[in-house]
Amino acid sequence: MPTTRNTQDATSEEIMPVEPKKTPMREQPPAERTKNFDEVPCGYSEEEAVKEAKRCLQCKKPLCVEGCPVEIDIPAFIKHIAEGDFRSAIRKMKEKNLLPAICGRVCPQEDQCEIKCVLSKKHDPVAIGRLERFIADWEARQEEKSAAEKAAPTGKKVAVIGAGPGGLTAAGDLIKMGHKVTLFEALHKPGGVLVYGIPEFRLPKSVVEREVDFLVASGVKLELDYIVGKTSTIDQLLEEYDAVFISTGAGLPWFLNIPGENLNGVYSANEYLTRSNLMKAYLFPQYDTPIIRGKNVAVVGGGNVAMDCARTALRLGAEEAHIVYRRSKKELPARIEEVHHAEEEGVVFDLLTLPVGYIGDDNGWVKELECIKMELGEPDSSGRRRPVPIEGSNFRMKTDTVVCAIGQSPNPLIPQATPDINTGKSGNIEVDPATGKTSKKGCFAGGDIVRGGATVILAMGDARKAARSIDEYLRTGKW
Amino acid sequence: MNTITETRWLGQDIREIWFENSRIAGSFKPGQFLVIRHGETGERIPLTIVEVSDGRIRIIIQQVGYTTSRLCRLKKGESLGNVIGPLGHHSDIVKYGSCVCVAGGIGAAPLKPIAAELRKQGNRLTVIEGVRSSKYLILDKELEKIADRFILMSDDGSVGEKGLVTLPLKKMMEEGNRPDYVYAVGPPVMMKAVSVLTRQYGVPLTVSLNPIMVDATGMCGSCRVEVAGETKFACVDGPEFDGNKVNYDLLMNRLKVYADDEKHAGCDIGGDNAG
Ligand SMILES: Cc1cc2nc3c(=O)[nH]c(=O)nc-3n(C[C@H](O)[C@H](O)[C@H](O)COP(=O)(O)OP(=O)(O)OC[C@H]3O[C@@H](n4cnc5c(N)ncnc54)[C@H](O)[C@@H]3O)c2cc1C
Ligand SMILES: Cc1cc2nc3c(=O)[nH]c(=O)nc-3n(C[C@H](O)[C@H](O)[C@H](O)COP(=O)(O)OP(=O)(O)OC[C@H]3O[C@@H](n4cnc5c(N)ncnc54)[C@H](O)[C@@H]3O)c2cc1C
Ligand code: SF4
Ligand code: SF4
Ligand code: FES
Repeated sequence: MPTTRNTQDATSEEIMPVEPKKTPMREQPPAERTKNFDEVPCGYSEEEAVKEAKRCLQCKKPLCVEGCPVEIDIPAFIKHIAEGDFRSAIRKMKEKNLLPAICGRVCPQEDQCEIKCVLSKKHDPVAIGRLERFIADWEARQEEKSAAEKAAPTGKKVAVIGAGPGGLTAAGDLIKMGHKVTLFEALHKPGGVLVYGIPEFRLPKSVVEREVDFLVASGVKLELDYIVGKTSTIDQLLEEYDAVFISTGAGLPWFLNIPGENLNGVYSANEYLTRSNLMKAYLFPQYDTPIIRGKNVAVVGGGNVAMDCARTALRLGAEEAHIVYRRSKKELPARIEEVHHAEEEGVVFDLLTLPVGYIGDDNGWVKELECIKMELGEPDSSGRRRPVPIEGSNFRMKTDTVVCAIGQSPNPLIPQATPDINTGKSGNIEVDPATGKTSKKGCFAGGDIVRGGATVILAMGDARKAARSIDEYLRTGKW
Repeated sequence: MNTITETRWLGQDIREIWFENSRIAGSFKPGQFLVIRHGETGERIPLTIVEVSDGRIRIIIQQVGYTTSRLCRLKKGESLGNVIGPLGHHSDIVKYGSCVCVAGGIGAAPLKPIAAELRKQGNRLTVIEGVRSSKYLILDKELEKIADRFILMSDDGSVGEKGLVTLPLKKMMEEGNRPDYVYAVGPPVMMKAVSVLTRQYGVPLTVSLNPIMVDATGMCGSCRVEVAGETKFACVDGPEFDGNKVNYDLLMNRLKVYADDEKHAGCDIGGDNAG
């Protein structure tokens, strides 16, 4: 096989045939992995990475880049990998993305960069996400890290609120621009959803710690256990800081608002995952926080969060874990890879099924979920066919633990404490999409607090944009 | 930060701790609480801020299970670990006229700052404190000092009058001394019993609820309570609620979720007293 290919566009593929399938990635086998919380995919070896990188056609007009919200120069970093020059690959990557180990693992690539890859017309796309993960993990194993270059100190101070992917990205960018940055986080650990929500088996917490350590080493000051709006207000912060970036996420869990929802054994996804991930309840009693280890767990919802809950339930010892979802399989909002992993592990999918009530036993514990069958009707505003209940189709499922994973909305703490920041109908902070500016002078926002539950990479993209306009504001003083 | 400056036993299994945390002390208002996580493996538990002074915070802990026992064993100079706060809405206290504060057991701790504030706003104040027995009596001297009238009750008659806290309250109502406002903090059974009376006599009641919490920032919904038929998150919507509209049975039931797991500490002293 030739090592480099200077192909111009997709048509030259006819001259140089390409391996149709992605280089497979080794994984823990399903029967084994449901007994532990270790990461499921094992990552590429150097040989596998080089092999996969060589599948890339190095398009002159790379469509993949258009699909990436932070516009990583995908062909360039892949070319370095193909040439075995991993150091240059990670440098190229970090020009645009400070958190590749995270994005490589959790980005919905199949809807973003990979869906646009020219190869995907006929074959599997290039495994961009896996290569991204590879190059980040490779760097983590090296002694020498590629430190961020810093601009001359500006003497300006920025407060970044919330240490999720949005806050981490903004802090990283702003420190590089020469500003002093303090990152305020409500919880006792930084990382946001990356540490409290996404489970260890999908995103090891050591990966997040690595990225946070890098920021701290670059000079970002971290203030944990600090709830802005309670410990102090934004107005108080503005007395000390020249600008504020708010990325407090979409932390308010939704419930179905159906009878019996407060019975014992009914969790929000946030509580279930926070207990398990952040508080390490899966290691109870070695860790002090308990969690209900249900035998028959029903998870309501069909997104990544729901898959994470169902797969967590299996690892906590459930005999059965069900996904109860009101539409059909085609509409499941979760990433394909997650649905696939869940199926492999034996999660049962109860599709076209809508819970209408919880039935409790004499001790106030949930024992059954009453559901109604649905059918798909006309497409709704989202273009997906609207599920409609089939009258008289009610039935009951036996369960001892229910996890409600139907979504969340922006955390209201800061908007409540800061009335001069305008918010929209769902409690989201309103910003100018081009700059991230809020209605309050000196305050910028981005990520899930603006968008509602979205994705890691979108939060990072918002943060990057806001960091640029914060820099401009601090240098010019113009609002 | 969070270094313990003073500790002492106030009663059996009840420990007072003063520690340093100026940033929380500076923002505190009566009615608010903290979350403490002690050590890397620790659980996050909520505790009321009883008082602040000079950047130091006073908490009072009843040893009821694993985490509270660990906290009670800490000594001067040690750190509490992670402390987050001040959390929850502060009490909305104005001048009502004549008020009654009912404290049950460890509920005297959350009630003290409320009582002090009621007094400060110029209310006439009766405090009724109830305990299981004299061994569990705390803060009685301080409450007595704040109150115009102080009534002490105990389950076994070892201190004060024998009987439940609702006894003197009922007597007041029956004798026509209907208070303008009642605050009650204690075990849910006690608050429920108080609400039966206040509803019957049409007296407004505020209670402070103690459901199980995790983050205490409104993110998880562990602290769900039902007030006037609606679900509320006690950590951000409360912890104080209209006591005449709380579903106490649900609260009591939800407090039992981890009853089996808690036995791992080999420690299950019931939380209910003075009811
Ligand atoms: C279980 C789960 C699985 C997911 N899986 C994926 C996936 O596979 N791929 C993907 O792209 N996306 C996924 N998402 C979505 C993604 O995690 C979010 O879109 C992303 O984390 C949003 O980033 P953020 O920085 O805006 O907020 P968050 O990650 O929510 O971080 C906000 C931070 O702010 C802190 N905070 C809140 N209020 C305050 C305050 N007042 N003061 C100080 N700090 C505060 C919070 O404690 C938190 O740490 C998932 C989400 C969940 C819940
Ligand atoms: C707003 C608020 C203020 C509080 N203020 C005080 C106070 O000032 N002094 C004090 O001694 N206690 C207070 N509590 C109660 C205290 O948080 C619990 O006693 C403590 O969490 C028990 O932890 P444990 O591990 O020692 O006991 P566990 O073994 O976990 O449980 C023992 C008992 O405590 C209850 N409990 C368990 N976990 C929690 C939890 N996270 N939150 C509430 N109850 C729980 C259980 O239902 C059980 O009955 C307050 C609770 C709330 C919600
Ligand atoms: S950040 Fe996400 S979208 Fe962009 S290239 Fe990487 S995996 Fe693709
Ligand atoms: S990843 Fe796909 S679209 Fe992008 S340069 Fe390579 S072949 Fe072209
Ligand atoms: S404790 Fe998590 S929402 Fe109240």
